[in-house]
Amino acid sequence: MSNQNRTIYGGKVNREKPINFIFNGKHYVGYQGDTLASALLANDVHLIGRSFKYHRARGILTAGSEEPNAIVQLGLGARTEPNIRATEVELYEGLEASSQNCWPSVNFDIGAMNNFLSRIFPAGFYYKTFKWPPSMWLFYEHFIRKAAGLGQSPTAKNPDRYEQKFYYTDITIVGGGISGLLAALGAGRSGCKVLLIDENPELGGYLLDYNFSINEKDGKKWLKKIIDELNSLANVVILKRTTAMGYYDYNYLTALEKVTNHHVEFSSTLPRERYWRIRSKKVILAQGAFERPLVFADNDRPGIMMASAGQKYLSRYGVLPGKSVVLFTNNDHAYLTAFEFVEKGAKVTVVDTRDLLNAKISEKCKSLNITVFNSYSVIKTYGDKKVNKIEIQQVDKDQNQLIGEVEDIQTDCVLMSGGWNPAVQLFSQSRGKLKYDLKINTFVPDKIIENQKIIGSNNGQFNLQENLNESFEAGIAAANELNFNSVEKVNWTGKEEIEFTHSDVEPYMLGKKKVTKGSKHFIDFQNDVTAADIFLAQREGYISVEHTKRYTTTGMGTDQGKTSNVNALALMSHIHNKPVDEIGHTTFRPPYAPQTIGAIAGRSVDKLFDPERKTSMHEWHVENKAVFEDVGQWKRPYYFPQNKEDIHQAVKRECLAVRNSLGILDASTLGKIDLQGSDAAKFLNMIYTNAWSKLEIGSCRYGLMCNEHGMIFDDGVTSRLGENHYHMTTTTGGAARVMSWLEEFLQTEWIDMKVFCTSVTEQWAVLSVSGPNSRDFLKDLTNIDLSKENFPFMKFREGEVCGVKARIFRISFTGELSFEVNVPARYGRYVWEKFMEHGKKYNITPYGTEAMHVLRAEKGFIIVGQDTDGSVTPSDMNMDWIVSKKKEDFLGKRSFTRPDTIRHDRKKFVGLLVNDKKTILPEGSHIVEKALKQPPMKMLGHVTSSYYSPTLGYPIALAMLKDGFSKMGEQVVVPLMNGKIIEATVTDTIFYDKEGRRNNE
Amino acid sequence: MKLQRQQLLINNFFMFIINCPYCGERDQTEFTCHGEAHIARPDNPSEISDEEWGRYLFFRENPKGTHFERWTHDHGCRRWFNVMRDTVTDEIIKTYKMGEAKPVISNE
Repeated sequence: MSNQNRTIYGGKVNREKPINFIFNGKHYVGYQGDTLASALLANDVHLIGRSFKYHRARGILTAGSEEPNAIVQLGLGARTEPNIRATEVELYEGLEASSQNCWPSVNFDIGAMNNFLSRIFPAGFYYKTFKWPPSMWLFYEHFIRKAAGLGQSPTAKNPDRYEQKFYYTDITIVGGGISGLLAALGAGRSGCKVLLIDENPELGGYLLDYNFSINEKDGKKWLKKIIDELNSLANVVILKRTTAMGYYDYNYLTALEKVTNHHVEFSSTLPRERYWRIRSKKVILAQGAFERPLVFADNDRPGIMMASAGQKYLSRYGVLPGKSVVLFTNNDHAYLTAFEFVEKGAKVTVVDTRDLLNAKISEKCKSLNITVFNSYSVIKTYGDKKVNKIEIQQVDKDQNQLIGEVEDIQTDCVLMSGGWNPAVQLFSQSRGKLKYDLKINTFVPDKIIENQKIIGSNNGQFNLQENLNESFEAGIAAANELNFNSVEKVNWTGKEEIEFTHSDVEPYMLGKKKVTKGSKHFIDFQNDVTAADIFLAQREGYISVEHTKRYTTTGMGTDQGKTSNVNALALMSHIHNKPVDEIGHTTFRPPYAPQTIGAIAGRSVDKLFDPERKTSMHEWHVENKAVFEDVGQWKRPYYFPQNKEDIHQAVKRECLAVRNSLGILDASTLGKIDLQGSDAAKFLNMIYTNAWSKLEIGSCRYGLMCNEHGMIFDDGVTSRLGENHYHMTTTTGGAARVMSWLEEFLQTEWIDMKVFCTSVTEQWAVLSVSGPNSRDFLKDLTNIDLSKENFPFMKFREGEVCGVKARIFRISFTGELSFEVNVPARYGRYVWEKFMEHGKKYNITPYGTEAMHVLRAEKGFIIVGQDTDGSVTPSDMNMDWIVSKKKEDFLGKRSFTRPDTIRHDRKKFVGLLVNDKKTILPEGSHIVEKALKQPPMKMLGHVTSSYYSPTLGYPIALAMLKDGFSKMGEQVVVPLMNGKIIEATVTDTIFYDKEGRRNNE
Repeated sequence: MKLQRQQLLINNFFMFIINCPYCGERDQTEFTCHGEAHIARPDNPSEISDEEWGRYLFFRENPKGTHFERWTHDHGCRRWFNVMRDTVTDEIIKTYKMGEAKPVISNE
């Protein structure tokens, strides 16, 4: 039989629209408008999952986002999501969900034996048992983690799209219940830009479930009119199915909007979720309150739920969760639910902890045939997979003792109401201070820090009449404070059959009675924390709330203790006989509810995580099987393997091609900055360590940049193109940093200097041809005179190359005769292909960054960031030759004479040659004074670059070595990770063509 | 002082929107802070003592309260400017162009 618990009429589900879904492999039918929880209840499914620690049978406790018990694994495959609250899942056709934390099935769960062993699993069990010996923890942890944990993470990549939205507004209102709606109306009518956020699919909150009247007329119709007006206001944006997750400084809120989660078909145009980042001038919190459970033995059985949840299932979904119902309450308001249940055909018994009952309620109970037990408490419940019997007993006047006979009541549903807790999570995240309200026995907002208002039951105000007018006026006042005109106030008269008054919540905590051994009074349902655990924590000295929380894990589940925190604190207050205010509360942290990581990542995934930069020749490299490496964001060819070459063979061939004939490198990624202005030379004099005033037009010069600490931070060649026009190159990875550095000084220090810097990195494709045949090769392709006399080393010429306008720089990073041909980026591939074709007769060889590194190391050219690390001066690098002695000032100069920079024992840049002529020292290896069996060993320095040199036929290395310049020719030792100790000789850094003849050819 | 700040917050509707002197109000995420402002580079570095140079290089204020900082509008005009910020509340009290005088703090 399907939908056996569904009422014949009533509720907002569409009985004409059945929806098929699967739970634990079984097919069910619900209706349009159902949640997974309401549809399961309608089909008389009460056992939803097993609890975290004891594997106890658990059902549905609430009907909203605070649900601790009914959490399921939703969806299949890559889209499966764990720990989803069944109470929030809107039913869609084909939905598949299953129970968590049970094996082999929810009905027969092996882990449930933990329940019977619970005497040996109290709070702190794991801490005590697995603490010794400490080294074993990792071993234990593996099994504990396996046994604990709730749902399963998907193992495949999530195929969905998530988006982020940045939003600015005058007022953000969190919560679309009556308070939020009226505040939105007040602010909306004033003309404010309003954003209203609500986590439910339907606005109205609490009032959707209860009967009430406005101005003596049906409240539901009035509610609809309010919502219609809000929808018609262009300045009011309403987000449904959106949960405010975090509240950060200055009214910065994050919110997660479920866009297509409630559809089975995932949209190709819409994201699954949208993550909102909201900045608003004002925030109004109107999140309402959560009903508080009562604490009694075995209060966790399926079939026991909050009274407000029962009300919601009945009035909104037309589901009667039980036919023989017990209401266990400490307040008047919950009687509304008893009346509603009787009206829909249930038999209701009320157990009320208070001795006296309001006459009006008492009368109505009589007329509806409701038996009321005053001054009674539920003391125990029975039922394996669903509650079937409870025991009640009278409580004495002070609620200290249970007295009289124990009576049994047969039941199939227990509704409980222990009062209400304002949802202060976001308020508390915004640093708002809370105070304990003794009248309603809960924490309420006290001191507001942000530019914010908090209204309605979220502020501890539960009376409908008060809320109507206060909320509307709060909206108007907020708009007013933002300088919007006031609108007229409205006086509504709102009535509920039973008014909520502050005085009717009797503090009822079982703490005053002894916690009976062997039964469990649950405080935190999700984490299986019982009252006995709280007692134990206090006995063992975990008295601070933060310690109690961590020792017992109360409030640490995915529900973050929304239903449990206040009860735990009240119990602690009782144990220590101190006011709850003095006990305090734990810190509320974002997110308010579990959220997908995908939404936080948004579109910043895969290729959009970090942009890839490619040169205009990139596709040619791909087609020619280049192996790439990342340099900053650039993709650069690492080497170009031919046939079945490995990296060593390829690099060797590439290096030898450059030394013996002709190589070509895509150097487009080099940073390029165009400098213009009448003070450009003056500026370069300050930026670089060497002198620039006398550089002629058409000449190039290598320069080092230091920071003010005197440490090298970039290098490159800058050329003078015209009177006041320079072309600067930087390292590939340092381009942006250098650009910012130049701008910093131009904008903050020398603001009168007339210099403009423009990044032209991507405007030029750079083809560096290098090798003894490069002149012969290039001369056929250009109208520029390449002769040694007319185009010497370190000069620059403009002309045409392959018919394309080009700049050629005669500079060299390989030590060979080289020409760096710059053409507009869009011609890069064209010219490259022409070069490859024309270069055949010289066996032109494309080479990658690895060969480039080897070639420059053979020449002892530094790579900033590899051989230097931000702690070395030009002098340390043996580059005094590039530091001007004549210049009065330049960045870093003054620091060269600081005591620390003139120390003799600083690490200096040297070459190393291994004595065995074959070991390639790993880069980063330590150079030590004396090799010992094991560390520590006194360190003298480290290897910065190390390669096999194909030109020389043996390995070479560059290193930073303490006082290295005076150690030339000496022996050092390098212990390797594999235990070998390598001996090496200290040399200078130039291994090949020491005179530098080759690049001057 | 406290009252004044509270009013300032409400009047400016401050919400981590930074008023770039060149572009106007933009989201905080477009900007980068570069530490203390109004530290002039010495005109004559070669003539000053190690200690004086060291002060320029390394010594920075770390006040609780009003602080003057250099910021850049990286994801915008890329201009540098100065910001007067309260380090306790993160309130940005004033933004002004490089070269403009440091605002005077009124204590009342």
